[in-house]
Amino acid sequence: MFYREAGDFKTSYADDNQTFPIKFDRYRYYVVMLIAFVAVPFLINDYWVNAIFLPFLIYSIAAIGLNILVGYCGQVSLGTGGFMAVGAYACYKLMTSFPEVSIFIHVLLAGGVTAGVGVLFGLPSLRIKGFYLAVATLAAQFFLVWLFNRVPWFYNYSASGQISAPERTVFGLAVTGPNTTAWAPYLFCLVIVTLSAIVARNMTRGMQGRKWMAIRDMDIAAEIIGVNPLKAKLSAFAVSSFFIGIAGALFFSVYLGAVEVGEAFGINQSFLVLFMIIIGGLGSIFGSFAGAAFLVLMPVFLKNVLVGGLGWPTDIAAHLEFLIVGALIIIFLIAEPHGLAQLWRVAKEKLRLWPFPH
Amino acid sequence: MKLKFASMALTAVMAAAPAMADLVFPSLSYRTGPYAAGGIPFADGYADYFTLLNERDGGIGGVPIKMIECETGYNTAKGVECYESTKGEGALVYQPLSTGITYQLIPKATADDIPIHSMGYGRTSAANGEVFSHVFNYPGNYWNGASGAINYLLESNGGDIAGKKIALVYHNSAYGKEPIRTLEELSKKHGFELTLLPVDHPGQEQKSQWLQIRREKPDNVLMWGWGVMNQVAIQEAANIRYPMENFIGVWWSGAEHDVLSAGDSANGYKALTFHNVGRDFPVFADMQKYVVDAGKAAGAGDQVGNVLYNRGMYAAMLAAEAAKTAQEIHGVSDITAGQMRDGMEALSIDEAKMTALGMPNFGPSFNVSCENHGGPGLVGVTQWDAAAQTWSMISDFKETDMDVIGGLISEDSAAYAAENNIEAGCK
Repeated sequence: MFYREAGDFKTSYADDNQTFPIKFDRYRYYVVMLIAFVAVPFLINDYWVNAIFLPFLIYSIAAIGLNILVGYCGQVSLGTGGFMAVGAYACYKLMTSFPEVSIFIHVLLAGGVTAGVGVLFGLPSLRIKGFYLAVATLAAQFFLVWLFNRVPWFYNYSASGQISAPERTVFGLAVTGPNTTAWAPYLFCLVIVTLSAIVARNMTRGMQGRKWMAIRDMDIAAEIIGVNPLKAKLSAFAVSSFFIGIAGALFFSVYLGAVEVGEAFGINQSFLVLFMIIIGGLGSIFGSFAGAAFLVLMPVFLKNVLVGGLGWPTDIAAHLEFLIVGALIIIFLIAEPHGLAQLWRVAKEKLRLWPFPH
Repeated sequence: MKLKFASMALTAVMAAAPAMADLVFPSLSYRTGPYAAGGIPFADGYADYFTLLNERDGGIGGVPIKMIECETGYNTAKGVECYESTKGEGALVYQPLSTGITYQLIPKATADDIPIHSMGYGRTSAANGEVFSHVFNYPGNYWNGASGAINYLLESNGGDIAGKKIALVYHNSAYGKEPIRTLEELSKKHGFELTLLPVDHPGQEQKSQWLQIRREKPDNVLMWGWGVMNQVAIQEAANIRYPMENFIGVWWSGAEHDVLSAGDSANGYKALTFHNVGRDFPVFADMQKYVVDAGKAAGAGDQVGNVLYNRGMYAAMLAAEAAKTAQEIHGVSDITAGQMRDGMEALSIDEAKMTALGMPNFGPSFNVSCENHGGPGLVGVTQWDAAAQTWSMISDFKETDMDVIGGLISEDSAAYAAENNIEAGCK
């Protein structure tokens, strides 16, 4: 009824190619943006920011990054945790070496450093594919974690090997460290998430994204039609690592404040982000958000219901959380192997025909 | 259905409403994951002691205690969630039982004016109260532990360990790395040779480390392990027939569940401690009467008297005494977190007090002050008897090398103060 193209005339190519061609979608997007930027900052407290919004936003960036590599370019990677660690440690070194520079710039630079490291570990992808590439990136995961544990320069020779984020500001507002107001780190992350999503979306539907998808679908055919596999694969690694590095930098500096590489950026982290994009939907920006929301918010929600609402013992609730989240993952993947994004797509298709399906 | 749901919601609100005017002690526990074996007895002891105070004395100073438990799984991200969800309830003191989570909470809790008590873990240099105003780690810290172990070896070797080889098997994390610097300083001072053997999380894979120990035959092995790592290490030591009496674990590597799985071959294994072991204290009679027999014990109720249960109980006792001190200082019974901090800073524990609580000689006597949040750092040694299945103290609480430790503490805390623009000093 209200969700349809009819009557929504496009008079230019730009209009025709926009991200949300249906008017209802477009307005929904504006409303979501408006609520996120204008309403939420006034409503949240420390708990909502630190337990819900920050992990959701930061994991979304990581999922977008990994989705570019795995979902769009078809290069399986298990090195996400390691690349996030690169972002975190790069950010830490920059923060402590140049304290007067805005943290925003440090986060972007940390992404840049990670992009370089990502390209380096992407080199094997030129010769190996599939599971073998996954094993090669797994090596990156273990090597990077070992490196940050082993070389004291990375953690400024502190006794315990922990890195902790000192207070840093953007436009005079503290976004890292303990003395932040709830909305400042939220808005800081939200701005970066929005920029990341817009950049990723436009990259993946432009020429670069088409090259990646051509490589994903059949690399030999892509090479024949003129896609340079070297450039396409390495650019995918670079862009993907850039986003993952930003996510790692935010994860350390804004969200946790102090990390220890083996615990925060271990192999679990790699799997978590990989599961996010598989559940959310490979090759979809919306899927990255959906997957991150599912895996970050579901455990917190269950914990609050089981322990806070029903008053169950914490250990039983914690075990049940694993069971329920695991079962939901299986159910979702059986119901829709292409993830939450595909469910959303199907729902939209149905909405277009509603109330008169064929 | 709708009515039922509405009435349920209403009862939930009503049940939550009279939570005011309680003394809230959050317990960031972990009863799941690879470190649960250590987390469960500690959490049980912590909870049971507060239950005992509620049942027997009606709380602290007449105000009932409310303990909120939150599962962290030894995971820092969940630790943040737990901290944020409990701090709004009026939390008085945090004891996260995880060095990683402690590191994270130090700046946050300081900004929120809530004290942290990291008893025998966390950031060692927090003993310097001039820099770490809200962090306490009395009665002992890792560097006391490292020095205590070396002192014990000095004592048992007639005061000379020059040229001896000592290996440190440690959890490759902030926790395990803490003693290294002290041990390096001590190795310079006493002339022993230190070998470092890191074990990665969670610690099930230690074959190569113990192969190295077998090859190099160090005179002593020290261990900074936690969770499943302890059991594996003791089993591996038994497998290579390493003499157990030369193997000393830190206080987090010396509980029943660590040694039981290795059976008789674990006999003679030693561990450091800063409190007494066993259940030969009058407080356990009350515990049995008011908590266990009344069916109010936390968890499965089968941990009473274990090493880590005692430690949890000791932690709760110190927290309760600090709350009492705070009530006396400020003259109010319903204290705030900031007042609790003052109480912790003015805490004084002596033998008379512990005897009155039914815990004679349970821990060392000490006074906390603004300059010293770390207590005296007295370290004892316990040994496992596999036949009787008991731990017993073989060396009483003794002084550690504060010359070395004090210097390291001021160095590390000065670095933290510089990094975070903290002006050191007592208010």
